[in-house]
Amino acid sequence: MVTSSGEWLRGSGPESDIVISSRIRLARNLAHFPFISRADASDRAEIEKQLRDAIGAAVENPLDYVDVNKLAPIDRQFLAERQLISREHAESEGARSVVIDPSEQISLMINEEDHLRIQVMHSGLDLLTAWEQINALDDRLQQYVTFAFHDKLGFLTACPTNVGTGLRVSVMLHLPALVLTEQIERVFRSLQKINLAVRGLYGEGSQFMGDFYQISNQLTLGRSELDLVKQVGDVVPQIIDYERKAREALVRQSNESLHDRVSRAYGILRTAQTISSEETMHLLSSVRMGVNLGLIHDLEIPTINKLFIHTQPAHLQKLRGTELDTADRNKERARYLREHLDGQGRPEQN
Amino acid sequence: MRCQKCEKPATFHITELAGGKPQELHLCEEHAKEYLRQPDAAEEASPSLAGMLAQQLAVGQTAAELARLDQQACPVCGITFFEFRNQGRLGCPHDYVGFKKELGPLILNIHGESEHRGKRPPGGGGGTDELTKLIRLRREMREAITEENYERASELRDEIRQMEKTTRRAP
Repeated sequence: MVTSSGEWLRGSGPESDIVISSRIRLARNLAHFPFISRADASDRAEIEKQLRDAIGAAVENPLDYVDVNKLAPIDRQFLAERQLISREHAESEGARSVVIDPSEQISLMINEEDHLRIQVMHSGLDLLTAWEQINALDDRLQQYVTFAFHDKLGFLTACPTNVGTGLRVSVMLHLPALVLTEQIERVFRSLQKINLAVRGLYGEGSQFMGDFYQISNQLTLGRSELDLVKQVGDVVPQIIDYERKAREALVRQSNESLHDRVSRAYGILRTAQTISSEETMHLLSSVRMGVNLGLIHDLEIPTINKLFIHTQPAHLQKLRGTELDTADRNKERARYLREHLDGQGRPEQN
Repeated sequence: MRCQKCEKPATFHITELAGGKPQELHLCEEHAKEYLRQPDAAEEASPSLAGMLAQQLAVGQTAAELARLDQQACPVCGITFFEFRNQGRLGCPHDYVGFKKELGPLILNIHGESEHRGKRPPGGGGGTDELTKLIRLRREMREAITEENYERASELRDEIRQMEKTTRRAP
């Protein structure tokens, strides 16, 4: 898993120049156990066992079971960077695990904020397929376990903000031109007006990094799952359109300075001797836009997507096979970037 | 094209999303900057759960009432309303029934709706009362063990085993 990129960074699928990934998750709880905040060690162990058995019975394909509680912190961080578990799941304590399919499209977190969080992720804009997949998986699981459900309130969750469908639809977008033209704030405000949330790359509370933004539904009750999927699905093409228009405007009005910005970013990434994770994200963002606008020719999107993830702290250390402090990581990151960008633009085989 | 606010050429073409409908604005650099800088009425951050709860409970509740409410505990999992207010997480599915009066307005406030319209479990789900009883019995058994009341604990254990047999679906 260390050297591959995972589903969400494949760089393919509809609108993949702007849409990185489409993700849907469902929050579910077993009806006959307390929620996690009131579950003691024996409850957590039993919840884990019952859910693992149910998942094993419901899913035909082989799955990887990962005992998150027993993992070293760096391995937990690795899974979070890969978006297979949440930061909260990585950092919390007690019996908890994640079940992952080898393609990294599906992950099931056990004992996160809720007993079960099912997640399906696709590259590019592909919400309907993701919904069909997660819906079928949820149906199959319910043949083996009883989830907490209330006739009027729907699926019951630890936090009332998820009650009803327990559904969160998130689309991750790369919006460098809207940031450069200072239009991004207005897009955010418009989205808030229609009850959509905008977050950074790693969800709630995370910083906006490298012009990546995650757009998701805030409401979970009172609308059908398909309506919620459609609401996000309908607004994304409009944002894609604004980003494209902003890119065209940049090319039209300031092509020279844009080209300079992209080339400088590419130059620094190919020659730096030490570089932070944050600077790498910003520069890769410019380079990614440059490739999409045809300003850089010897590089492909999957390679850039892979560099985004492989230069994150835990990935870098796993690839190097040793733990590194910040200063050493910055040197190793620069070395890794030089090696992968120095005239070696072709994507590697995973 | 000229700026909508002055005679200068419009170099900024801003598209505003309003209720899902795009609205085009054509402005010169100066007016575009001014437009982009103006505060927006809907700019307030989306209200947090804790914030909404505080708001909810501040309306129409005296300190004495709030103190009484905070002490209310769920008979199934034992969580008090105060604990929920503090951590923003409920203790068990039964809380939605036990704290119905307090949670109802909160849920309506968060979602603007109070009724589920999405998918339902096969066979209509339900049976929650029977299942939450298991949560209560397990808690009582642990309490009995802590109090060294082993006779009561073993009675409860038998009752739990019996119930688990009927509720669990074999994978």
